[in-house]
Amino acid sequence: MILVKVYVMLKDSVVDVQGEAIKDATHTMSYENVSEVRMGKYFEIKFDNNSNDLEKDVDEICDGLLANPNIESYRYEIVGDIQ
Amino acid sequence: MNFAVITFPGSNCDMDLYHAIKEGINQEVNLVSYKEKSLEGYDGILIPGGFSYGDYLRSGAIASHAPIIDEVIRLANQGKPVLGICNGFQILTEIGLLPGTLTNNRQNRFICEQVGLTVENNKTLFTSKYDFKEKITIPIAHGEGRYYCDSETLHGLNENNQIVFRYDSDVNGSVDRIAGITNKQKNVLGMMPHPERAIENILGSADGLNLFKSMLETQKSEVQ
Repeated sequence: MILVKVYVMLKDSVVDVQGEAIKDATHTMSYENVSEVRMGKYFEIKFDNNSNDLEKDVDEICDGLLANPNIESYRYEIVGDIQ
Repeated sequence: MNFAVITFPGSNCDMDLYHAIKEGINQEVNLVSYKEKSLEGYDGILIPGGFSYGDYLRSGAIASHAPIIDEVIRLANQGKPVLGICNGFQILTEIGLLPGTLTNNRQNRFICEQVGLTVENNKTLFTSKYDFKEKITIPIAHGEGRYYCDSETLHGLNENNQIVFRYDSDVNGSVDRIAGITNKQKNVLGMMPHPERAIENILGSADGLNLFKSMLETQKSEVQ
């Protein structure tokens, strides 16, 4: 089994309104030193077998589903065999 | 004219659209499941508002991979009229039939109210019954209605007269106050406001009815 960890973030050019709301909440918690929060998404995808081109498969899943290339960017780590 | 209203798990404006066609313009209409693979025989495709798949991942993202979608794309490419309202607009951008993306409102809350719009292009099959620059009132109901695209895309939308409806005030942070756009060919329209909820005065406005009348009138003139 191969584990792939995918991280999706809004591009810097897109205002992250959820991140702003979370930042405001940290201030009400008295953490006035928090200057920015940006919120993303984290996915763990398990593949049964190592395909011939795992990176191509992951790229296609990310581009076609997990991230919207208009507003989001992604990166991933292939963790390798897990039991 | 025979309309298909495509229903996804979580669609909730499908019956409003059905009613707008059936009672508003007295035409044939059927609810068609997202599981179907054919839209043969339909000459208008309507994608309703709601929360398909609970807006999981991103609004419209999972619906954009439903079985019916390839057929929607096929008919859109044939030039058939395709209208996506609210979640339907979000789905059309996720499919790639319309440029840009709808994301969280600037004020990060759900907005449900009547809004003023200006008809920016009345030379489309969806807007021929409106006057150019006509002011209309149609309700919105969305949390993720802020239209976003890069400056190059926005330039193209303006150049090709693809911006069909603009908000009269900045209601959600959309670039250029965009409320509705078409594709380049002008046969696919996506809009966040709900014309199907504005077809009778008892609903607070009947300004949406002309959109459906426009579709019908265009189709009739093409048949003749």
